[in-house]
Amino acid sequence: MAVKVLERRPLSFWERTYLPQVLGGLRVTWRNILRPSVTLQYPEQRPTIPKGYRGVPTLVRDPNGREKCVSCQLCEFICPPKAIRITPGEIPATAETAHVEKAPKEFEINMLRCIYCGLCQEVCPEEAIWLQNQYSMTGTTRAEMVNNKARLYELGGTLPDSHFKWDHKKAESERQAGGHH
Amino acid sequence: MENLLNDLLTSPGLLFVGVRGVILIGIVMTIAGYAVLLERKASAWIQGRLGPNRTTLPFVSWIPLIGPFLRLGGFIQPAADGGKFLFKEEPMPSHVRKIYYVLAPIVALAPALATIAMLPFALLPDGTALALCKGADVGVLLMFAVSSLGVYGIALAGWSSNNKFSFLGAVRGSAQLISYELAMGLAVLPVFLIASAPGSDHGLNLTAIVASQEGLWNIVRQPLAGLVFLVCIFAETNRHPFDMPESETDLVGGFHTEYGAFKFGLFFVAEYGHMIIGSSLFILMFLGGWHILPGIPEVGTGIIATLIGLGTFFTKLVLFLFFFVWVRWTIPRFRYDQVMRLGWNVLLPLAVANLVLTFIYYAFAG
Repeated sequence: MAVKVLERRPLSFWERTYLPQVLGGLRVTWRNILRPSVTLQYPEQRPTIPKGYRGVPTLVRDPNGREKCVSCQLCEFICPPKAIRITPGEIPATAETAHVEKAPKEFEINMLRCIYCGLCQEVCPEEAIWLQNQYSMTGTTRAEMVNNKARLYELGGTLPDSHFKWDHKKAESERQAGGHH
Repeated sequence: MENLLNDLLTSPGLLFVGVRGVILIGIVMTIAGYAVLLERKASAWIQGRLGPNRTTLPFVSWIPLIGPFLRLGGFIQPAADGGKFLFKEEPMPSHVRKIYYVLAPIVALAPALATIAMLPFALLPDGTALALCKGADVGVLLMFAVSSLGVYGIALAGWSSNNKFSFLGAVRGSAQLISYELAMGLAVLPVFLIASAPGSDHGLNLTAIVASQEGLWNIVRQPLAGLVFLVCIFAETNRHPFDMPESETDLVGGFHTEYGAFKFGLFFVAEYGHMIIGSSLFILMFLGGWHILPGIPEVGTGIIATLIGLGTFFTKLVLFLFFFVWVRWTIPRFRYDQVMRLGWNVLLPLAVANLVLTFIYYAFAG
């Protein structure tokens, strides 16, 4: 490859005095003074959260109000900083959703450990754990920074569901059961 | 009442001089505080930010229109800053030379305040200058001499801190002052040469210098001297792009690395005090002092003229302080060797050449 040698242009007298450069710089900063500020005045003005933002991890319910988590503990195992702790529990046989079998008795996410990587959301087979829009978690004690199950559902709310996996399963098993009879 | 006011303004009695001094120091401290605000606001505007706009007081925020204006303009911020400095803990590092460590901020601030006593701000109706210490014929010489003493504060701080960064900052500060003091003194000589040309009755008096600029400002007569003097006051006040003694990037905080709380506050005020002095000197010697514009005759008579002169002077001062700030947030810091080269190889020869040319001009033409 041919090398093209560029001659550096010698500085003119005025350039060597440094004064035109200073004046040019002053002009640039003066134009900046006249430009509007880009500051976002935080507590009053909030940033617009882009789609797919990874905020605080939360637990969600499906549109029918069923809690989606089945306490399979995949998120707990994949969590790199070990921020998640799940105590699995059983759904009583009398409940309407008894066929789901399991639900977490307690679900804790320690926000002092969480690194917002989103692996829990990625690994969840039930789409039950979501990193949503909230970006600011504060607390005055360490205990306050551990989100328990109630708090996680409060933060998560309900997300639209396109599968209704367990409803389909129930309908399918009933259909099959009906077919046998 | 009127007698008291007159006495307060002009009486040579010790008590009245003392009161005048305290008032002047109060005014200068206030200007210094608001110069800090100007610095913060202007830097914010240059960088596309808003600057301090939160600080307010309960009873101020209740006033409609003015309250929000004061809050958004950050006008309460200097009081908050000063208050913070006052109430902070004053740690005394164990490795410092204690007496000199405490003495240094005082030595830095005292010359700045002492110099301001000699600044004339306006012309009184009786033709003398409105200044704490008026009419000294050696005015400018004394001002240069005393204001340069401020560097002792820096040197003392750097040495007594017993810290290599502080010490380097102090050494740089002293070297810089010596290098630029020469060019500065030589740059203003032509101004006095013009003012005290044969036949005129002007000495080294600043009032006389201002009076000699009534027709034409010295910046037009002596642009080169003006430029050299301008660069020199930037260097003398240790402002960007010459803030060698501080240079945060390579010396942590320079000479005030070991200082905190109000001792640091004193250094801070001293820097702004020197800025006020430098700006005032430039305005008095090159920008026509209390004259509004060259060629415009004095407006009003008696005390009204004095007040208008005072207003003109302070307007120019504020604009010049803004210029200081504007330059600071525009130009990056010079390297130490560049500063030295600029001082000795460029400014000094320029000042000498300018002086010699003025000599020749007046020898043959005047």
